[in-house]
Amino acid sequence: MQYIRTGWRRLYLIFGMCDESFSINYTTPVPEGVDEGEFLSAVTLLNHSYWVAGSTLGGIFGSAIKFNTAGLEFVLTSMFVVIFLEQWLKQEDRTSAYVGFGVSLACLLAFGPDKFIIPTVIGILGVLTLLRRPIERREKA
Amino acid sequence: MIQTLGQQIITIAAVMAATVLTRFLPFLVFLLGKPTPKYIQYLGMMLPLSVFALLIVYCLRNVSLIQSPHGIPELIGIAVTVILHLWKRQMILSIAGGTIVYMLLVQMVFV
Repeated sequence: MQYIRTGWRRLYLIFGMCDESFSINYTTPVPEGVDEGEFLSAVTLLNHSYWVAGSTLGGIFGSAIKFNTAGLEFVLTSMFVVIFLEQWLKQEDRTSAYVGFGVSLACLLAFGPDKFIIPTVIGILGVLTLLRRPIERREKA
Repeated sequence: MIQTLGQQIITIAAVMAATVLTRFLPFLVFLLGKPTPKYIQYLGMMLPLSVFALLIVYCLRNVSLIQSPHGIPELIGIAVTVILHLWKRQMILSIAGGTIVYMLLVQMVFV
């Protein structure tokens, strides 16, 4: 994404960068022979259209769905687990995974399930900032 | 709560403004022509794993380990997802497999 510096495409990529598009664009290697800009834009545009189409269909036909959807929300958990795993397999230094889990769980216990996100984000930023020197030193070694 | 049409328009406009602002702001601050500062590059490298760890915890925030079923369906669902993914490395398969197993568990086993 940082390589696409100009034009409408960059603006659209920024506009369309929801969690899902970011996740795919971040983890998927661009296939050989495919222009990176076109690839990222296509992923974002498809996601965008699925989102609009899905919301519209859900709004119109949602009340007609009869089968038991209990537990369907787990699809989100499962997706995040897969993305985490992909990143885990790709990245050599996994410190930030431990930091992420550690701070999130600590804040969840301290602030409760409804109010832990903001303290967690601040905590993660703080710990990663403190760890910057040792991590960069280790990478050079 | 049921909103009037005016309130609905205001709500959607506010959500839209916040979304667009938060999407564009980082790029305006950091990327307008200048090279990205080293510290931000470092965060860009380190943050994704932390953030996805946070998102996983966020998804599981209301799971109680003390009360039945003690998070067992979630544990099995995640295990199925991970095993499928390490085995076939196919995102759709891993996500669908884990979710279907979880749905079966909460609908039929841990009712």
